[in-house]
Amino acid sequence: MAENNASFVRHELIKEQVPPVSERGLVKWVRENLFSSPFNAIMTVLSLWVIYSIIAGSAPWFINGVWNASSVRECYDILDGVSGACFAVLKERFPQLIYGFKYPATEYWRPNITTLLLLVALAPVLFRKLPRQLLAFSIIYPFLAYWLIWGGTILVPVVAFLGFAAGVYCFRRFSTNAFALGVIVGVIVASIFWLFGGYLSEANETFLSLQAVPSRDMGGLMLNLLLGTIACSVSIPLGIFLALGRQSSMPIIKWICVVFIEFIRGVPLITLLFVANVILAFFFPPDTSIDLILRVIIMMTFFNSAYIAEVVRGGLAALPSGQYEAANSLGLDYAQSMRLIILPQALKISIPGIVNVSVGMLKDTTLVSIISMFDLVGMIRGPILSTSEWNGVYWELFGCAAAIFFVVCFSISKYSQWLERQLETSNR
Amino acid sequence: MKKTVFFGALTAAGLVAGLASAGTLEDVKARGTLNCGVSTGVPGFAEPDANGKWQGFDIAVCRAVAAAVLGDNNAIEFVPTTGKTRFTSLASGEIDMLARNTTWTLSRDVDLKFDFVGVNYYDGQGFMVKASTGITSASSPEIDGVTVCIQTGTTSELNLSDHFRSIGMSYEPLPVESGSEAVANYMAGTCDMFTTDRSALAARRATQEVPTDHVVLPEIISKEPLGPLVRHGDNEWGDVVRWTLNALITAEEFGVTAANAEKLSAGTENAEINRLLGSEGTMGEMLGLDADWAKRAIMSEGNYGEIFEANIGADTIIGLPRGVNAMWTNGGLIYSPPFR
Repeated sequence: MAENNASFVRHELIKEQVPPVSERGLVKWVRENLFSSPFNAIMTVLSLWVIYSIIAGSAPWFINGVWNASSVRECYDILDGVSGACFAVLKERFPQLIYGFKYPATEYWRPNITTLLLLVALAPVLFRKLPRQLLAFSIIYPFLAYWLIWGGTILVPVVAFLGFAAGVYCFRRFSTNAFALGVIVGVIVASIFWLFGGYLSEANETFLSLQAVPSRDMGGLMLNLLLGTIACSVSIPLGIFLALGRQSSMPIIKWICVVFIEFIRGVPLITLLFVANVILAFFFPPDTSIDLILRVIIMMTFFNSAYIAEVVRGGLAALPSGQYEAANSLGLDYAQSMRLIILPQALKISIPGIVNVSVGMLKDTTLVSIISMFDLVGMIRGPILSTSEWNGVYWELFGCAAAIFFVVCFSISKYSQWLERQLETSNR
Repeated sequence: MKKTVFFGALTAAGLVAGLASAGTLEDVKARGTLNCGVSTGVPGFAEPDANGKWQGFDIAVCRAVAAAVLGDNNAIEFVPTTGKTRFTSLASGEIDMLARNTTWTLSRDVDLKFDFVGVNYYDGQGFMVKASTGITSASSPEIDGVTVCIQTGTTSELNLSDHFRSIGMSYEPLPVESGSEAVANYMAGTCDMFTTDRSALAARRATQEVPTDHVVLPEIISKEPLGPLVRHGDNEWGDVVRWTLNALITAEEFGVTAANAEKLSAGTENAEINRLLGSEGTMGEMLGLDADWAKRAIMSEGNYGEIFEANIGADTIIGLPRGVNAMWTNGGLIYSPPFR
């Protein structure tokens, strides 16, 4: 094996070189991603031009925005012909956009706390790693929220809660023998509690009481969140029951569920809202009319639950029949097999659909502005745009409403994606 | 059989509702608040301010009635209504009276079963166009085929089609829900022309960036007597609202203002003022109210003229002239039957 000492043979390794400029770093990325072919290069240039013109066109509008003025004419005077936004309307009417124009200003802390506590109450439901004891607060929360938002004596929600708790206790006690007996006893005990508790709370109207705020005074974003939260949280269990009822082999239950779902799905939400607002009013004597908000909440809950029922039915149908048979062969009864085997899987499949319907519902709450309720959009369309001070400020107000809804809805959809990954147990 | 039961229940519910609303005056007194239907917002006529307090020309009528009946011009539950919900709200008894830019027409009075108690503003439908279009008349040939923004559920919608039929030209209606939306579309150029009552046009024009860029055309294509209304068949309550409005008008005629009503109520040389303010006669008693009812109504926001000037008059941003809404003594149409 001859020693290779020819002078044209290199003896040492060449040091590692940096790649050529066109093959590394930013330049490489740009070449690969933006200018990889003549067609892509043209598209890139065009897109950059479009982005530039949007920014160049709208930036002065934002930058010149006027934040301090008492009317739109003052804004025009300050801007003096220059293009610019009149954000002063947002500054002056911000509380109205959030709380409506009749919620007492000294009580704004109550909806604020209620919203914060909503996050606390939702946390154990949404995040499974948190201690389970927090769920107790989630159960108390609806009653606490009612007291905070509507005010009045604390005895009303306390009595409601105790009646509810007593009913559940009796149900548990008696349903071990017979399910129907448990339901009947539970309902009777709860009703007795509410009946006598009602006298108690009527007699002590000042006991630990907050200033009472009638439903008609709710408005702004608060009303949207109120309607959306209640409608969604009530309609999810209702929708699950409807979906199960639709698959039931008992004809009466089955047909009640089918007719309910198909009727509600066949009618536009705005029609139901008009029914809630104008038609129902004819059926009540004038002095005993039920709260407009309550009527709207009931209609929205019905509407949403019909849609959720169909989403859950899709989940149930997607399960292989082997799962049902496995549950039966283990000797589980209907309730057990649903609770332990079928629903956990079916609901996991249904999450994207349920979130989709719920986000849609939250946005649909703005429809109440058509039946003259002053939600966020209703406040803008009615009282704010009709004042002689702010008549003509559209972009700022509707842009603000769009931004608020985007933040809320986008966070919900991000959460649902995270939840899907958490629950991902199959090996796709 | 089931159907019969259902209709029976409906009838019973209807009867109960009818009986319970038989005496609106008693209901209002027992409740302690007046449920007054208003619009969701028309500049100058009904608008909540930054503190959420309703104010405006129509609101003042509600306040005067509340002051006359309940002695407190803040004892009012304002119920906002849209053009579509206003009549059902009144018919179902959700509101006691409606003071919301509503035109008095035969079909509303007779067919919908309401009672218009009077007219607080004589309006007429007009058109607004951009000055740059060069249109100067609502019957000139240039307007053939224009797009017109029009609020749905209003008499303006019907008048518009009558007008274009009579001049034999075509137009493209762009239906919108509220005045604000109509203006937004008009400003964006989606429609060439915006039509509604001239008072509202003037208000909308006044709040534009450059008011002189817009022209309110001279044609008035309809009569729009606007006034408060109540349910048909409850005449005692209708009388209260009617005579409260008349009291405000009579007060202007005889120079009774919010400032001097207290002093004049002690008694004056003028018998009509004395009857109005309760120092003579039993006018209040006849209406089922006390003697000071009209004094309280006037002291709430002033007489008709004061209310007009404070909300929509020449010194406000709306800047409407009195025009046909001047006192009959000044050649206008505002006239009240005598207090006798």
